[in-house]
Amino acid sequence: MSEYVLEARGITKRFPGGVVANDHVDFNLRPGEIHALLGENGAGKTTLMNIIYGLYQPDEGQIFVDGRPVVIRSPHDAIRLGIGMVHQHFMLVPVFTVTENIILGAEVVRFGIVLDLPRARQQVLELSRRYGLEVDPDALVEDLPVGVQQRVEILKALYRDARILILDEPTAVLTPQEVEELFAVMRQLRDRGVSIIFITHKLKEVLAIADRITVMRRGKVVGTTTPDQVDEQKLAAMMVGREVVLEVQKTPAKPGPVVLDIRDLRVEENGVPVVKDVSLQVRAGEILGIAGVQGNGQTELAEALTGLRRPQKGTLVLDGKSMPFNNARILIENGLGHIPEDRQKHGLVLPFSIADNLVLCTYYKPPFARGWQRQPQAILENAERLIEQFDIRAAGPMVPVATLSGGNQQKVIVAREFSRPIRFLLANQPTRGLDVGSIEYIHRRIVEMRDQGVAVLLISAELDEIMSLSDRIAVMYEGEIVAVFDADKVDKATLGMYMAGARRQGDDELVAAGVRTQTRA
Amino acid sequence: MKTPWRTFFRQNRGRMIAAVALVLFVAYAYNRNAQITEAVLASSLRQSIPLILGALCGLIGERSGIINIGIEGQMLMAAFVSFLVNVKTGSLILATIAGVLMGALMGWALAFMSVTLRIDQIIGGTVLNMIAFGLTGYFYQVGLATKGKFQPIAIPLLSKIPIIGPVFFQNPPLTYLTLVLIFVVHFFLYYTRWGLRTRAVGEHPRAADTLGIDVYRMRYMNVTLAGMLAGLAGAYLTLEAVGSFERMMTNGRGFVALAVMIFGKWDPLSAWGAALLFGFATALQTQLQFMGALQIPHQFIGMLPYLLTIIVLAGVGGRTRPPAAVGQPYVKE
Repeated sequence: MSEYVLEARGITKRFPGGVVANDHVDFNLRPGEIHALLGENGAGKTTLMNIIYGLYQPDEGQIFVDGRPVVIRSPHDAIRLGIGMVHQHFMLVPVFTVTENIILGAEVVRFGIVLDLPRARQQVLELSRRYGLEVDPDALVEDLPVGVQQRVEILKALYRDARILILDEPTAVLTPQEVEELFAVMRQLRDRGVSIIFITHKLKEVLAIADRITVMRRGKVVGTTTPDQVDEQKLAAMMVGREVVLEVQKTPAKPGPVVLDIRDLRVEENGVPVVKDVSLQVRAGEILGIAGVQGNGQTELAEALTGLRRPQKGTLVLDGKSMPFNNARILIENGLGHIPEDRQKHGLVLPFSIADNLVLCTYYKPPFARGWQRQPQAILENAERLIEQFDIRAAGPMVPVATLSGGNQQKVIVAREFSRPIRFLLANQPTRGLDVGSIEYIHRRIVEMRDQGVAVLLISAELDEIMSLSDRIAVMYEGEIVAVFDADKVDKATLGMYMAGARRQGDDELVAAGVRTQTRA
Repeated sequence: MKTPWRTFFRQNRGRMIAAVALVLFVAYAYNRNAQITEAVLASSLRQSIPLILGALCGLIGERSGIINIGIEGQMLMAAFVSFLVNVKTGSLILATIAGVLMGALMGWALAFMSVTLRIDQIIGGTVLNMIAFGLTGYFYQVGLATKGKFQPIAIPLLSKIPIIGPVFFQNPPLTYLTLVLIFVVHFFLYYTRWGLRTRAVGEHPRAADTLGIDVYRMRYMNVTLAGMLAGLAGAYLTLEAVGSFERMMTNGRGFVALAVMIFGKWDPLSAWGAALLFGFATALQTQLQFMGALQIPHQFIGMLPYLLTIIVLAGVGGRTRPPAAVGQPYVKE
């Protein structure tokens, strides 16, 4: 028995275009440990794992399993060597049952071709019992919450007798409670001898669960350490290569007059109310955070406020002027800034250049247009100025935004929205999927906007983000605002109770806080 | 009390009502005129054969992620090749095999275009149609005739049952073969390893790929196999239904088959029901024209099946969900 179940020595991977995703990377995994692989987006973590899982071939280097050199040409080879991978984007067929998903590719058959679903179902049940991963083998995957889908993914690997489990950013899609459940599962797997590689860029999680930590930066391994030798600050510095300010620095808010005033907003989806008579006031110079587990009406609320969806009921007043719904342009011209939840779908036109994306809200007005004619020179100059000012890392203003990293794409959106004279900013999941450096940057900019007197509504599923940025916090649960707090008078655990629907403030309190117009009958 | 029966009835209310109405209607019609009723029903089944074969061809392709709008062309080419082989050799069996192989070749060509070359699949299918229209039109010579066609075989006992006997059990061999194939495809799609993998490849090819399933191979295999079914439909047209070949003899059946596939929600048995409905519309149309019963110009009555196609495609058949990855070329990482 070798000291390591898995070892990668001197792995180098170059991509066409000269990018070196992995540069002589050494990595090893001991039996029965949770080894965190930490790094910013684009540091080469996923590339390394894809090499180990046989999705890519390394240009140089050697992989050893149980001390023996191996060549992994495909996922098939990896599975045979006992390596299982849970991808960041789940690899599940939504319309299949749990059982069907688990056995796919390793089916139990009779007569060589006919599926033996009853026996497969039995095996899945046994497996889920043995590892304490509870699932309904007959449920359709599309009906399951994300946390359970992830369990199915883990079972899929275990069903193939994986001894080495790669989890690629497994917590990115989970609620705080689900993360806790996942960690419990990971510990249990480790105690049963499964070795786990845990890929992430979240520092707290690494310190909470890892036995060892390897940090990567720009395709290279920076070092390997253990949680008792480092803290968040040190890890962040290793990841980014410089000191990082993790705490958001801000002075107390100086709230001015109400800028955004919504009353009794009601949004229905197929006749079912998803936003239930929500009222909110956001003042100039304050950040109101909306906390809540994803899917409690935040998306629909944001769409209604940004002109993307017509609510069934309600009024919207911006800076004292009554606004029509479902008209993004009027809202934008009256001072709305929007960082959308899904930057690639709603924030950018991916094939367009940076320059064009930077004028998406203003392209039809001078100086970017004169009558029906666009003014390429003005658009280009605007782009050059903003690229400089917002530190967008790109080969030039004319490259398509699709080629930028997530952090730089988000900077393009921030540059576009913040360079206009806005009065109200809706920031919906502004740092989702970004690395520490970019998060720091975006947070600083949002606080700057607040200090310039912009009213900010922040929607985020990251409780840490809500806690550190907001001046006031409203909790949304099943389409309703169930509580409002001053940010300095509440802690995470309390918010968690409200987010889970275990508690709600009394109607009188809510009316007094301005988030309801009347008590319920 | 909530018995399983009641739940079953509630879930299938529409179908139950339709079934009862159908039985009553057939009984009424049979009572009025037994001969015509049997003739119309038998004709419905005959008309439905190429439609269900085409629909199965489309369904197997789409279930694995490839749109096939070249079914019309596949059928037409196969019909033509069957015709030529029959004219040269006089053998019905050889002609059928030739038609089926031609269908497979056309299917393979579609797979090559959409999997290997990653051409837009709609264009790939259109290419098949253009090739078929062009080649058959160019090489067809007037005056050739087939040497015979498949004759009905009455199945002992079963064929004596009123209505059902004459409709289902006095048919030529390709019809029987098709009826068996519907159930074979159904079984394979839902109860075998091949079926599970096929559906996975059509829904989430990357997931299948990470589990070691060769997406390209599955798609090649399925579209080629499916082409054989369209080939069989072509052979059916020349060797069993008509006994000859004419230019453009498929007459849009390949496209109607797509409507049948959608109306049947990409499910073989439901598609068969849809095919019978379309077959019935065609048979009724012919019968109405024949009898001259209605004082409507025959062109309008002739529109019946196509009108039905438009209505179905416009979404009257309820909300249906095609396989998620259909039409998207798969690119390995």
